[in-house]
Amino acid sequence: MENKTKTPRVGLFVTCLVDLFRPTVGFAAVKLLEAAGCTVEVPASQTCCGQPAYNSGDRADTKDIARAVIKAFEEFDYVVAPSGSCAGMIKEHYGELFADEPEWAQRAAHLKHRTYELISFLVDVLGIEAVDAEYTGTITYHDSCSGLRELGVKQQPRTLLRSVGGLTLTELPGAEVCCGFGGTFCIKYPEISNKMVGEKTIDIARTGADTLLAGDMGCLLNMAGKLKREGSDIKVRHVAEILADMTRDVPPIGDTRGA
Amino acid sequence: MQSTSHAFKDNAHGALADERLQKALGKMKVGFQDKRTRAVARLPEFDTLRDQSRDIKNHVLEHLDLYLERFEANVIANGGKVHWCRTPGEARDAIVEICRSVDARIVTKGKSMIAEEIELNDHLEKNGLEPVETDLGEYIIQLRKEAPSHIIAPAVHLNKEDVAESFMKAHDKLDPNRSLEEPRALVNEAREMLRQKFLAADVGITGANFLIAETGSTVIVTNEGNGDLTQTLPKIHIVLASLEKIVPTLEDATTILRVLARSATGQEFSSYTTFSTGPRRPGDLDGPEQFHVVLLDNGRTAMLGTEFQEMLRCIRCGACMNHCPVYGAVGGHAYGWVYPGPMGSVLTPGLIGVQEAGHLPNASTFCGKCESVCPMRIPLPKMMRHWREREYEKKMSPQAFRNGLGIWAWFAKRPDMYRLGSRIAMGVLGMLGRRKGKFRSLPLAGGWTDWRDMPAPEGKTFHQLWAERQQGKASTGAATTASSSSDRKAA
Ligand code: SF4
Repeated sequence: MENKTKTPRVGLFVTCLVDLFRPTVGFAAVKLLEAAGCTVEVPASQTCCGQPAYNSGDRADTKDIARAVIKAFEEFDYVVAPSGSCAGMIKEHYGELFADEPEWAQRAAHLKHRTYELISFLVDVLGIEAVDAEYTGTITYHDSCSGLRELGVKQQPRTLLRSVGGLTLTELPGAEVCCGFGGTFCIKYPEISNKMVGEKTIDIARTGADTLLAGDMGCLLNMAGKLKREGSDIKVRHVAEILADMTRDVPPIGDTRGA
Repeated sequence: MQSTSHAFKDNAHGALADERLQKALGKMKVGFQDKRTRAVARLPEFDTLRDQSRDIKNHVLEHLDLYLERFEANVIANGGKVHWCRTPGEARDAIVEICRSVDARIVTKGKSMIAEEIELNDHLEKNGLEPVETDLGEYIIQLRKEAPSHIIAPAVHLNKEDVAESFMKAHDKLDPNRSLEEPRALVNEAREMLRQKFLAADVGITGANFLIAETGSTVIVTNEGNGDLTQTLPKIHIVLASLEKIVPTLEDATTILRVLARSATGQEFSSYTTFSTGPRRPGDLDGPEQFHVVLLDNGRTAMLGTEFQEMLRCIRCGACMNHCPVYGAVGGHAYGWVYPGPMGSVLTPGLIGVQEAGHLPNASTFCGKCESVCPMRIPLPKMMRHWREREYEKKMSPQAFRNGLGIWAWFAKRPDMYRLGSRIAMGVLGMLGRRKGKFRSLPLAGGWTDWRDMPAPEGKTFHQLWAERQQGKASTGAATTASSSSDRKAA
């Protein structure tokens, strides 16, 4: 950011799953953003982006939640979330929610243009090409659906992962196929969800990688849960943990510290 | 066909346990997807053609009445007749009446999803007619008395062994020791059986991929050429089509044809593209004596002007289901009615009611793959969400689910309460899960833990740790210090 006069002020949208299950990912995001020259703040009034309500057809509650998010974040230069799904919700769906409320539609549009998924923000906006991190292992990467198809997150994590010392990246066949999480889908149609994640874990195992990464906690909990149920010792982590060199701080998702 | 969409969950359960079906589905997915990917890669202007195709249909849908009237006028000018039918019943009656007028006995049929929609075969049989499906896939499922499981590959749920079994049973006059191992043998045998029917048929019914307003022509694409024989050999050709198939000009049809086959089977063009314009004219070497177009609405015009209008752009290429991971897991029959996969999940509630088909728009992860491959750029996930909104308004979703959602939303709108609640819950879960790192079962989370473990949360929430860090008393590791080297293989 040397060429910019002002330090970008980033509001971190933590996301509920990171807040609840994996705070380390939030701190990894803070570390990466600060290392890239941003000041990071975490508005205390945030809860969720509203997807559970939105995708269940509950528009009224979704709008209330969206208004709260807009209010909490519209003052920042950027809003960054360690999740393609939540960033996609704010960026691609808030506008439609307020189609018939011009004032809010405008505020949603304002937010849209400054909201990013973490890794694509680092690469596409801040121009970061390498990180200072070490990870000894062979990793494979699952492209989560919303990040991939709504926000075009594909090469950015791979670019940064290639700069991690000791890390080998092996591509996952079918990396772009949904893992079967789907928010409430995995609870409403668990059998189908299970079939989908079961096919995913077969593909993961075939790569021979010892570590699976992705950029969305929902998918990660789903895939880690299935791998652990199958007795697999493949480690599962959010990509930000590796990039921020924080893998020594917490055990992989669904594992315990040490063995 | 009688819908079983309301039983989607049970249907899916059965489908997941059906090994033969799973084998067939496994093969299908790879085939269709790879072929489409290659075909699209070979055509740099593919995305531009998608935009043009979308725009053509959007224009048509804004002026549907105009183009339909022009189409009818041209059909009449060519010597044909158009039958306007609001309901399946009206369409069935119109067809039976035409058949009766020539004392028909055998009716050959090209592939038509509208015929499935109006349950035509049953109705023809009830009226003493013998319908004969001439598309190989349709022929197979007719023998098996099954419904199609895919809109362009009706028998895709079957393996070749299943087909051989059905042929052995149905063609009982043939040598029982003949070999039907090769797909070629199956095709030849079906051809042989169908040849006699083609020649004996009094009426031929086909569907239509396009109706062309400026010429009054109808267009079908096939890969077997069965459509040609179905429509040229009998005395009467009936085209059965839903009214949104209309396009203004031949030019428009060819634009959309360029994305159709590529999206469907990965071919540049289907093997046969057949245009029909009226009955045989003096001097024509072949062709039917009568040409009828049975135009069906069945709820489609009611979708105009609603949030579902864009669904009427669909050209039935099947790409959305070929790429859908849910369709790929359960197959087409699980959806319980004529149209499966993502397009069915939007269209079916529109045609048979959201009360009956309410599961379908819910059975999606919103992964967005369907929309990304749809040649007509139909926002399928968005429209599934609109159905969910209607269901939510009508309070159709299960009460327990609504309660859960309500409680969650209450907290999500009250950050302080949310913070407190999540801190307590995650604190407890984190403690309970610390030893194993995961849960094999959790109360109220059976949908999850019946099938996979629930990874344990770290314990404290991010917001809790962040507040501690802000207050300068962050000593708990996760944030700032690298405390131990546990990057070894975990237990
Ligand atoms: S919705 Fe799109 S992809 Fe699906 S069948 Fe229709 S045109 Fe093809």
